Amino acid sequence: MYRYDQYDQSIVEARVEEFRDQTKRRLAGALTEDQFKPIRLMNGLYLQLHAYMLRVAVPYGTLSARQMRMLAHIARKYDRDYGHFTTRQNIQYNWIKLEDAPDILAELATVEMHAIQTSGNCIRNISSDQYAGVAAEEVADPRPWAELLRQWSSFHPEFTYLPRKFKICVIATQEDRAAMRLHDIGIELVKRDDVVGARIFAGGGMGRTPMVAPEIKDFVAEDDLISYVEACLRVYNRYGRRDNKYKARVKILIHALGADEYRRQVEEEFAAIKQLALDPPKAELDRIRSYFADPAYETGLSEEIDRSDPAFALWVDQNVKSHKQAGYAIVNISLKPTGGIPGDASSAQIDLIADLAERYSLDELRVTHAQNIVLPYVKKADLHTVWQALDNVGLAEANLDLISDIIACPGLDYCSLANARSIPVAQKIAERFADPARQRDLGELKLKISGCINACGHHHAGHIGILGVDRRGKENFQLLLGGSGAEDASLGSITGPGFDEDGVVDAIEKVTDIYVRERIEGERFLDTYRRLGMKPFKDALYG
Amino acid sequence: MKILTGNDLPTGDVIWWAGDGWSRRVADAVDVGEQGDDLARREEAARHVVGAYVIDATLTDEGPRPAHIKDRIRALGPTVRPDLTLKPADPDVGQWVI
Repeated sequence: MYRYDQYDQSIVEARVEEFRDQTKRRLAGALTEDQFKPIRLMNGLYLQLHAYMLRVAVPYGTLSARQMRMLAHIARKYDRDYGHFTTRQNIQYNWIKLEDAPDILAELATVEMHAIQTSGNCIRNISSDQYAGVAAEEVADPRPWAELLRQWSSFHPEFTYLPRKFKICVIATQEDRAAMRLHDIGIELVKRDDVVGARIFAGGGMGRTPMVAPEIKDFVAEDDLISYVEACLRVYNRYGRRDNKYKARVKILIHALGADEYRRQVEEEFAAIKQLALDPPKAELDRIRSYFADPAYETGLSEEIDRSDPAFALWVDQNVKSHKQAGYAIVNISLKPTGGIPGDASSAQIDLIADLAERYSLDELRVTHAQNIVLPYVKKADLHTVWQALDNVGLAEANLDLISDIIACPGLDYCSLANARSIPVAQKIAERFADPARQRDLGELKLKISGCINACGHHHAGHIGILGVDRRGKENFQLLLGGSGAEDASLGSITGPGFDEDGVVDAIEKVTDIYVRERIEGERFLDTYRRLGMKPFKDALYG
Repeated sequence: MKILTGNDLPTGDVIWWAGDGWSRRVADAVDVGEQGDDLARREEAARHVVGAYVIDATLTDEGPRPAHIKDRIRALGPTVRPDLTLKPADPDVGQWVI
């Protein structure tokens, strides 16, 4: 994985000291809250419902064991012994003290981490596929491209005060595990005539105006990437609305202009930018790429997995995915135990995962946008040992992509923007469908819950989505069906009037009952919904 | 009644105006009448509080109860982690919010 050079390290350390001084001045009264707020937000520090919340960046979701241990250390020393992995592949701490924040950032800097680009109207932390580098079907590892974009976008002077936040995702497989087309810019690496380039989508996103990004360019050569993305940003920065924050995302601009006109303007800008020779020399991408070279895989490893333990076999079937290298497997660690809080992990659990990554996964792990963790390099021969260790700390739930593998934002239990609590709904649904055989019978079913219209819980992209709203001071939950964040990206449709907390759990059961009754061989819930449309589900809910 | 709340500047803790200072317990909150906004400005300027705002509440036997669920959750702590609320020994403490 990428390691900081002297420039990266000195930039991050200088930023920590700058923020230390700013915090000191705020506490001494030299800065007002109005002056300090944008500064703390640029360092990932929000003021949330109960306390300050610090969001730490995990670039493209990749971490080393040493970095993961630091996350556990921060949870233990500065927070309340746990952290929350987010739908942006980051981690949040909910109980941070302002007076501790500079020390936390200093500790993060010692392991090449920071909280930059986790807030504010800048280019946010770049996201990617959690199976990057180990998926058999990918055309190239997307992370060198993501890292190049990270370096280009960090403190980019032209794009530090955009009309709104800006999210970029890079993947390199047709199968989309990162909700690529629901980003402001989605990049899919593709191969043309044996040359790898980038297919560019722009104007996707969730929030109050969800949109699936249209394709803007079918192929951008490697040495044009930065210029092309810069052109996309420049057109947005110039014409994106600044008068209304709810209409300020690039998706609104592209929708207003039309994709063809936006593309025309981007091409015109690109032609001008290209003259400036902004793209880094090929040697720079090669230098970055060298950090992501395949590890020294062992060869001649056994492909056999002893499946004599039924619970282990179940976990292997559900949570372990095939690896590009013979003898290795990709392990998905579910952070969704029945009745647990989606994405939360205690410091002891984080430490244990770090230990497993160090010992069994070539010192590397990934955070997924579905709020789970991946060990990308586990030998098949080690799977049972890893599973036992996970089981000992309650992390062996065999539910990847099943109905209880729920994405849920922190909701009104933690978030000052939320209108309703997401987590209790997730817990009740997981408990209602706790029977593993029932979950497996329902098959792939992506359920996503947001506590407000901002959609951090990706409800628009859920096969089943739930949106919490405030109805005359009471929590109410709207149900959506038919969304997808995958390569078949689509936006869910609202079924009708909302439900109370228990009512929405009953409603989920009703729609899954319709699916079980109506499905034909091989259909997922989403397929059945797409074939039948809303009517039978609506009839069951309201009829 | 109207009560004044905000967050303690250095720690971020949720705090309530108790008449002669700030308390971490909503039960100590006092009616600020029409003085809330002035109090908020004064206390923010003195760096005793950040993000202060006035809310509606009703007086109950247990003290003031914020009118809106969001403020009741602020007063108590996350309903999904009773151990982190102001009443960690009470597993049903979340019911107070609803």
